[in-house]
Amino acid sequence: MKTSLPRRAGFLVLLVCIAIPVLFPFFWMLSSSFKTQVDIVSWPPKLLFSPILGNYVKVFAEQNFLKYFVNSSVIGVTAVVLSLLLGLPAAYSIARFQQKRLSVFILVARLMPGISFLMPWYIIFSRLKLMDSYVALILSHMLIALPIVVWIMSSYFETVPVEMEESAMVDGATRQRAFLSIILPVSGPGIVTSITLSFIFSWNNFMFSQVLSMERTKTLPIAVYNFVSYAEVDWGAVMAAAVAIMAPAILLTMIFQKYVVKGLTMGAVKG
Amino acid sequence: MNKGSFVERNIRVLFPLPAVVFVIVMMLFPVLYTLFLSFTNWNLTSGMPLRFSWFRSYARVLGEPRFLDAIGRTFSFTALAVAAETILGLALALLLNREFKGKAVMKLILLLPLVATPVAIGIVWNLFFDPTIGLANFVLSLLGMQPSAWVSSPQTVIPSLVLVDIWQWTPMITLIVLAGLAALSPEPYESARVDGASSFQIFSKITLPMIAPTLLTAMILRSVDALKTFDIIYAMTGGGPGYASETMNVMAFKYSFEYFRMGQSSVILVFLFLLVLFLSMVIMRLRARFEL
Repeated sequence: MKTSLPRRAGFLVLLVCIAIPVLFPFFWMLSSSFKTQVDIVSWPPKLLFSPILGNYVKVFAEQNFLKYFVNSSVIGVTAVVLSLLLGLPAAYSIARFQQKRLSVFILVARLMPGISFLMPWYIIFSRLKLMDSYVALILSHMLIALPIVVWIMSSYFETVPVEMEESAMVDGATRQRAFLSIILPVSGPGIVTSITLSFIFSWNNFMFSQVLSMERTKTLPIAVYNFVSYAEVDWGAVMAAAVAIMAPAILLTMIFQKYVVKGLTMGAVKG
Repeated sequence: MNKGSFVERNIRVLFPLPAVVFVIVMMLFPVLYTLFLSFTNWNLTSGMPLRFSWFRSYARVLGEPRFLDAIGRTFSFTALAVAAETILGLALALLLNREFKGKAVMKLILLLPLVATPVAIGIVWNLFFDPTIGLANFVLSLLGMQPSAWVSSPQTVIPSLVLVDIWQWTPMITLIVLAGLAALSPEPYESARVDGASSFQIFSKITLPMIAPTLLTAMILRSVDALKTFDIIYAMTGGGPGYASETMNVMAFKYSFEYFRMGQSSVILVFLFLLVLFLSMVIMRLRARFEL
């Protein structure tokens, strides 16, 4: 069915009206990151200005941002890899043996407020002299990543036909062998979805690192937050920091868009 | 039947075991510990040993107007945000539920707020809300309206934070409903069209009932997350001005890590926890009921 030109033009206007408010904060953050403090505080707000790179130089050269970048990456990647190691077999077992209660038990971790574990962790990690250690941060971020992996992969494994591992098992393979060499290789899309989502949530996490990390293991969200706790806010530098922290998550989302949509929506839609 | 190795015979225990042990150690044990601490009046800075005080911490916290205010605020923040996000999100999904060029781009745009770092988002919105240099007041002045204090006034801080939450999370509802709409069977629509039903009739008699379970689940998931909102509130206002934007989560955080009143903080956590547990059970029930 062909729709008329005015209707299509109307729809296009509508799309633009939806996109602008969604995108505007990103646009403003990006443009402010290239402004001088004078341009930022000028009234009325400036749309046209001569861009500078000084804010980025400040963030990366003076503020040790690169170190926090590495911290966030190391903690995120390690937490995701370990969560896959624990989560994939668990998800497989939940899917194949219908372990409903088990899945609920692990998913409760996704629903619980983080602070209800954080307070006891703080006490325990202090006692164990693990404050500001990578171990504590990775363990805490695993509690973010693991439920995501189990949530996504248990529904994914249900879509993989049982016949696949059964035929391998008839040929004499053990079930664990079949899981490793038959099931996992065809589970790429599900694994990509879980990796992307759990990494993004670990990357964005603020509360756990705010309490468990100090200078050595500080992650990016804390670094950005500390920027504004100074008396006078250097808005340009803060915006540059905000751009730097969001860029990787947005880049990942662009590359793996389909997987991210699937992962975020599958909780509510059967599929 | 006793064939196969030990691993193969016990695979349904061995495969989930590491994950289960991890969750017990990192979640179940800490939650039980919090429950235990809620019956003490332990204060980390007082240097006093931990003493069992039964319900004294409960009495202290429940007698605190600040706590009752925080409960009310948590609920009003959640209700306002989720209601607006549901209506707006559903409307957007219905508008976008058709084939058009650039649909993938539109979905990507909608994804961006969901994956953006909340702390950084909060700071960007603080720049908007700045009373003297912020864009928000500039827009109001263009519309010929009085400037607002946004997050710096107790009267406007909650609506302003709700606005940020709406900006960030409406796309979540939209994407979930879009996925739900895509999974609907086309048959009822075809027969309705044959019968000459109006678009409003189609929406209220076919689409809405069929999408209701998905929408309901999305709303409850969103409510659970909204009740727990922390990053944006803490980064934008720290619970202020005064206690004007202090939700249960923020209050528990301050009691734990600023005042170190672990006993009383545990009491707040127990309440927050019961609330989330209740909602989680509603989710599970719904999923079972609608076979989601």
